[in-house]
Amino acid sequence: MAKLTMVQAINLALRQEMEKDDRVIVLGEDVGVDGGVFRVTEGLIEQFGPERVLDTPLAESGIAGFSIGMALYGLRPVCEMQFSGFSYLAFHQMESHAARLRGRSLGRFSVPMVLRAPYGAGVRALEHHSESREVYWAHTPGLKMVIPSSPRNARALLVSAIRDPDPVVYYEPKALYRAFREEVPDEEETFPIGKSHMAREGRDVTLVSFGAMMHPTLQAAELLKEKDGIDAEVIDLLTLAPLDDSLFTASARKTGRVVVVHEAPRSFGAGAELVARLVEKSFLSLEAPVRRVTGFDLVIPLFQREMDYLPGVHRIVSAVRETVQY
Amino acid sequence: MPKKEIELPYRVSYLSILDENGQLDKELEPDIPEDLLLKLHRGMLLARRFDERMLTLQRQGKIGTFAPIKGQEASQLGAVALLEPSDWLVPSFREMPSELWRGKKMENILLVYGGYNEGGHIPSDLNDLPVSIPVGTHPLHAAGIAYAMKYRGKKDVAMTFFGDGATSEGDFFEAMNFASVYQVPLIFVCQNNQWAISVPRSKQTRSRTLAQKALAFDMPCIQVDGNDILAVYAAAKEAVERARSGGGPTLMECITYRMSVHTTADDPKRYRTDEEVAEWEKRDPLVRFQKYLKDKGLLSDEKIQAVDEEVKSEVKAAEGRWEEITRKTPDPLDMFEHLYAETPPHLLEQRAELERELAEKRKEADNG
Ligand SMILES: Cc1ncc(C[n+]2csc(CCOP(=O)(O)OP(=O)(O)O)c2C)c(N)n1
Ligand SMILES: [Mg+2]
Repeated sequence: MAKLTMVQAINLALRQEMEKDDRVIVLGEDVGVDGGVFRVTEGLIEQFGPERVLDTPLAESGIAGFSIGMALYGLRPVCEMQFSGFSYLAFHQMESHAARLRGRSLGRFSVPMVLRAPYGAGVRALEHHSESREVYWAHTPGLKMVIPSSPRNARALLVSAIRDPDPVVYYEPKALYRAFREEVPDEEETFPIGKSHMAREGRDVTLVSFGAMMHPTLQAAELLKEKDGIDAEVIDLLTLAPLDDSLFTASARKTGRVVVVHEAPRSFGAGAELVARLVEKSFLSLEAPVRRVTGFDLVIPLFQREMDYLPGVHRIVSAVRETVQY
Repeated sequence: MPKKEIELPYRVSYLSILDENGQLDKELEPDIPEDLLLKLHRGMLLARRFDERMLTLQRQGKIGTFAPIKGQEASQLGAVALLEPSDWLVPSFREMPSELWRGKKMENILLVYGGYNEGGHIPSDLNDLPVSIPVGTHPLHAAGIAYAMKYRGKKDVAMTFFGDGATSEGDFFEAMNFASVYQVPLIFVCQNNQWAISVPRSKQTRSRTLAQKALAFDMPCIQVDGNDILAVYAAAKEAVERARSGGGPTLMECITYRMSVHTTADDPKRYRTDEEVAEWEKRDPLVRFQKYLKDKGLLSDEKIQAVDEEVKSEVKAAEGRWEEITRKTPDPLDMFEHLYAETPPHLLEQRAELERELAEKRKEADNG
């Protein structure tokens, strides 16, 4: 057991999987000598050499397409997009090929690759370095989409993603990279992809979130308990696709009230899918409209305004109060 | 049916006029009017001083991350100096010297790096695109702009800047291909500063030059000593004249060096040696140009000192205007501006939500 930051926990997952399995290859821009711009891949090139840790040319479509080729041949590439904001150049390869080759070849081929990318706001960055576009991937049939929320689940989910037989897009909430430490076991730990997690049990209202937004959501739950005596249940999705709706629809049947929180724009965001599932599976239990607490339908503004853009404790608490009082 | 050589129309030449020891090749020396020479010197010095000041402001936490330009003053200004006001500049994110030359305001640059979208303001008489951060993707826009110029029968040209790393992006090759297929008036100016963050030029591509990438498109190309402003100017002059007279695009590779960090979030000690940096310090484009101007009798140490004082106070004044603007703390609700020509109803609703939230927060803060 060691107390690790999320950066260290992801690094641990990569290192242990590379030690265990020589099919695992890490590639991307600046992931070798520099150890990644966030140091997530630090020390890997020293341990595994430049054939397994590739400082690639600066080309995202190239990185993704090249990884697809490696995966088709039986390797387990883990490629990095330096920021999710630059992953759109790779989108075509993932949508048109990674997601489809299993189907196109009727199961003869598969693409067991992981595409990692830091996403999200809150680090005072430049344009293209703060956005959340997880639904582009979650909306793409054939891809899996995972977003951890703590060092321990980041490590466990990445191990599962690397071992997964299908392509997994793994978004890392960069605001949490060094925000806090958590005990992470030295021995192997996995967490199943496609399963959500009960982060806090409660009776009065259900909050559903994922990634960096889990933290203001949990803070809001504490504050609501303290100030209003509202007992909120909080569910961490962890995987967006394939979405596990069992926990949150069951919780909704118990509480009758749900608030969804994410930092991505509201329209057609993950929240929209959650509301649809609730309507489909918990309709008769709902006692209030489901609220979406989200970023606005805007390109996220530069950093002086990013905190006004992002859902914070205040926005979540207000929405929960209104939902409970409805 | 013999196997025979195919004659290619272009070769790659390398141009250097004023070498790192200040030796001048008189035959190649371009004929640059004195006032332009002095203006170029002033532009280089202004960019150098503003860059230094931004680094200080960043270290003090007053602005966020930015990409310093130290060392690339000549390899940019030698080329943009050829542009007319009606021409278009399509920059990446490390073109501050070019942007200042073209008339962008320092306070606006500080606003952007200080986290305010308001800094994106571009005067209506300036045909320059905003900074483009996605590497290697904007040269396509330049190609489209240049096509539109041709379509409209204008004599204007477009010039686009990008780095050595950018030449690995597929979009860059598409831009060259489009530019060449349609023979548009566009100058591709590659700032080969030897590094793409931690990846050295030698690991970016096996090609011996970046200039030669144009050959695949039958496009003229040239490699120049980018720290020699005379060579950059001479090469750009030829390329701009060719483009203006209907001769199509050119790729210029300027060999230069990123003397500073990649961005303020970067630690170059992880991937390059101090000795390498020291080697390039000796090739400082500003020092070299100053020696040339002194040899020509156009500058003296006293005059350089005076220009230096001038540009420093210009930077100071801009900083004052920037502080003034930020003191008035622009309205966060402005984030809802400029997404569409007309703001759709759902965004007006969201704007009202934020307005309510901000008012509530103010009230809570007032009540302690
Ligand atoms: C499409 C894209 N991928 C990755 C990045 C992150 N990034 C910013 S600058 C840079 C290196 C650029 O190198 P180069 O083109 O040589 O320009 P330089 O920074 O040296 O001026 C990278 C990888 C980006 N901005 N855009
Ligand atoms: Mg470079």
